[in-house]
Amino acid sequence: MASPKSAAIAALRRQLMMGDGLSPSPAPQVTRLGIAAIDAVLPWGGLPGGAIHEVTGPENDGAATGFCTTLLARLSAGTRPVLWVTAHDDLYAPGLAAFGLSPERLIVVRARRAAETFWTIEEALRCRSLAAVLGEVRGPSRTVARRLQLVARSSGVTAVLLRHDEDDAFANAITRWHVVSARRDDAAEDDSDARWRVDLVRCRGRIHGEEGYVARWFVEWRAATGDFGVVADLRDRPDRPAPARMAR
Amino acid sequence: MWLPTFATDRIVRRRPEWHAKPLATTTAAAGACRIAAVNRAGQACGIAPGMTLADARALVPDLVAVAATPAEDGHALTRLAEWCMRYTPWVAVDPTDQDGSALWLDVTGCPHLFGGEGRLLRDLEARLARFGFAARAAVADTPGAAWAWARFAAQRTADDGIVPSGMHRTRIAALPVAGLRLAPDLVETLHGLGLRRIGDLYPIPRAALAARFGRLVLYRLDQALGTMPEPISPLAEPPAQRAVLAFPEPVMTAAGIAAAVQHLVENLCDTLAQQALGARRLMLSCYRSDGRIATRAIGTSAPSRDPAHLFRLFREHLDAIDPGFGLDVMALAATEVAPLAPSQASLAPASDATARELAHLVDVLGTRLGPAQVRRLAARASHIPERAVARVAAGTAPAAPAWPVGERPLRLLPHPEPIDVTAPVPDGPPMQFVWRRCTHRIARAMGPERICGEWWRDDAKPRDYYHVEDNAGRRFWVYREDLYRPDAPARWYLHGLFA
Repeated sequence: MASPKSAAIAALRRQLMMGDGLSPSPAPQVTRLGIAAIDAVLPWGGLPGGAIHEVTGPENDGAATGFCTTLLARLSAGTRPVLWVTAHDDLYAPGLAAFGLSPERLIVVRARRAAETFWTIEEALRCRSLAAVLGEVRGPSRTVARRLQLVARSSGVTAVLLRHDEDDAFANAITRWHVVSARRDDAAEDDSDARWRVDLVRCRGRIHGEEGYVARWFVEWRAATGDFGVVADLRDRPDRPAPARMAR
Repeated sequence: MWLPTFATDRIVRRRPEWHAKPLATTTAAAGACRIAAVNRAGQACGIAPGMTLADARALVPDLVAVAATPAEDGHALTRLAEWCMRYTPWVAVDPTDQDGSALWLDVTGCPHLFGGEGRLLRDLEARLARFGFAARAAVADTPGAAWAWARFAAQRTADDGIVPSGMHRTRIAALPVAGLRLAPDLVETLHGLGLRRIGDLYPIPRAALAARFGRLVLYRLDQALGTMPEPISPLAEPPAQRAVLAFPEPVMTAAGIAAAVQHLVENLCDTLAQQALGARRLMLSCYRSDGRIATRAIGTSAPSRDPAHLFRLFREHLDAIDPGFGLDVMALAATEVAPLAPSQASLAPASDATARELAHLVDVLGTRLGPAQVRRLAARASHIPERAVARVAAGTAPAAPAWPVGERPLRLLPHPEPIDVTAPVPDGPPMQFVWRRCTHRIARAMGPERICGEWWRDDAKPRDYYHVEDNAGRRFWVYREDLYRPDAPARWYLHGLFA
C-alpha cells in the first residue's frame, strides 16, 4: 500500500534523476552487471543507459581496463556493437574476448589528440545503433562533459569514460568507479585468475561514507567460466555497503 | 587540340618580357647544340627545330636560347590535361606527336554543357590564351581528322575548328598529306609523286597504296576516315558516374561552395539510383579560375547513394578547399561504384537500418580521422602474439575468431618495452623487475610458455613468456628473448598487461 509520503518521495526521486543526467522518458534501460552484491547497491538495480559512467585506475594496471571491458560486454548484451576510442594501439582482441567482448561487435577508433577523442565520442554517441561508447580520456572540461551528457541522454547510448589520471572528478558522470588490482590469497586453493578492488566512488542517489566511497568490493574473476564473485578480503575486509539513503 | 609552341610558351609564362623576342629551347644532340622548339617570332625569322644553335644565331643574333626540359614539359602537359577534364572526363596526352604538343579530348556528349561545340572551343582557346598557351583545337568525328584539321586547316574563328559530323571525308581531302601523321621522309616521297593532298590518295587502289608506301599510310588514312577504329587510352580511367556544374560567375564563398556540392551530390545520387548503384569512392574536383585544380576524395565503407550522408562526408573537407580567385567549374565523380539494390526504408528489416547507421558513423569518423584509424580486430593465423590480430577495415564484419589457446593479456604494447630483471636462476622466472621507473616485486609467476619465431622471418628468436603477478596484484606478461646462454646477459621485455 503506497502512502502519500512514499509517493511524494518517489516523485522527488524521479525529479532528481532527471536533473542528474538520466533520460526522463522513457525510463532508462538498465543493464545488470551480473554481480549481485554490486547490482543491489546501485539505485537502478544495474547500470542505467543513456548516461555517462566513469572508471579510473592507474595506467600500469590492467584492472580498470578489464572492468570496462566487462561493462561493455554486458551493455552489448551479445548482439549490439560497441565502439572503443583509444589514443594507443594496445588493445588485444584475445584478451578482450576472454572478458566476453567478442571482436566482431567491437570497432576500435584511434584518436591522437584530445579534441579528436571527444569529437569521436560525441559523434558515436549520436549513433543509436551502438550499445555503448568507451573513451580513454584525460580530464574533460566542464563544457565538453555537459555536451557528452546531453548527447548521451538524447540518444540513449551509454558512455563509459576510462581515465588514468587522478584529477578531479568528472562532474556529469552518473557513477564513478575506481578499480585497481588486489593481491590474491597466497593459499594454493585460490583458483581465481584475477582479483580487483572495485570502489564505487560516486553514485547518484547514494551518499558516500567517511572513507571517500559509497561501497567497496573485492571481485574475483575466473577465466574458465568468465564469471565474477565478490569475496571478503582477509587482510583488508571491506566495510559494509552504505545503507541506501537519498542524497542531499 | 594542338599546342604548337608549348615549350616556349611555358618559358614566356615565367618571363613575360621575352614575349615578342625570338626564343628557342636547345638540346644537345648529334654532337651539337640543336634547336628543340622555337616560338612564333623565331619561326618568322626562319629558325626551325633541328637547326644547330650556331646556325640559328647566324640568322638571328639576339636569339634567346634556353636549355630544353622535356621532363618538365611532360609534367606540365599532364597538368594541362588534368585541367582539361573540366570539359570532359576523357582526356589523353597525344603520344605520337613530334612538333609541339597535343591533347585528345573526347567531347562526345559534353558540348551541350557549355552551349555547343563552337562555344566549347571558343571557351577552351580563350582560357588557354589567358594562360599564355597558343592552341588550335578542332572537333571532328575521328581523331585523325581532328588532328589534321587542327594543324592544317585555315582557322579564323573558333567555328572554323568544327568539322561537321559526317563531313570529315570531304573536308580533309583538301589538306596536305602531312595531316595523316606520317614521318617527314614519307611525306617527301608522296610529294615527289605529286600526291600533295589527302584527297589525292582516295582514288588509288588500297593494295597499291600499301605495296608502294607501306601499311602505315593505309592505317593512317583509314583512321582519319573512320573505317578503322583508333583506340586512345585516356589519362585517367573515366569515372563511372559524373556530375558537372559550371558557374556563370566564379564562386568564392564557403556557402556557395557548400550549396554547389550539395547540388552535385544530389544529381549524382539520382543517376546512381537509376542504375541501382552505390558509390564507394567519390572525387570532387574544383577548377579554379587561375587554372589550378583542388581535389578532395572521400571513401565509404559500404556503397551509398544517400545525398545527406555523402554531403556530410564532404562537409569535413570543404574548409580545406582554397577557392583562390573563385571556382569556375566543380565536378563530382564516382570513381568506384558497387551494386546497391533499391530499398524501401519502411520495408527494410531493422538490422539493415542498424548496419547502415553504423556504416555512416564509420564513414564520418574515417573521413575526419583517416580510414586507417577506424578498425575492427580480426584473428590472423599466427602464434606470434603481435601478429595474431589484424586490424581490418571497419566496414567488413570479421569472421568468428579462433584465438590462440592459452591466456592472453588485455593490452599488448605495440613495442615490447625493455625491463631490468632480477632473476635468482638465470633461465628461471624473474623475482623483481623495473618498468617505467617502478619496481615490481613478483609474488607469483607462471611459465614459461615458449613461443618460437616464424622460421621464414629473419627476426625469428624464441621467446620465453612468463605471466607474473606483483605483490599489489598487478599482472604482467614478460618475456626473455632468445635461449639462455651463459656468456650473454638475458634480455627481458614487458609485452602486455593482464586485467
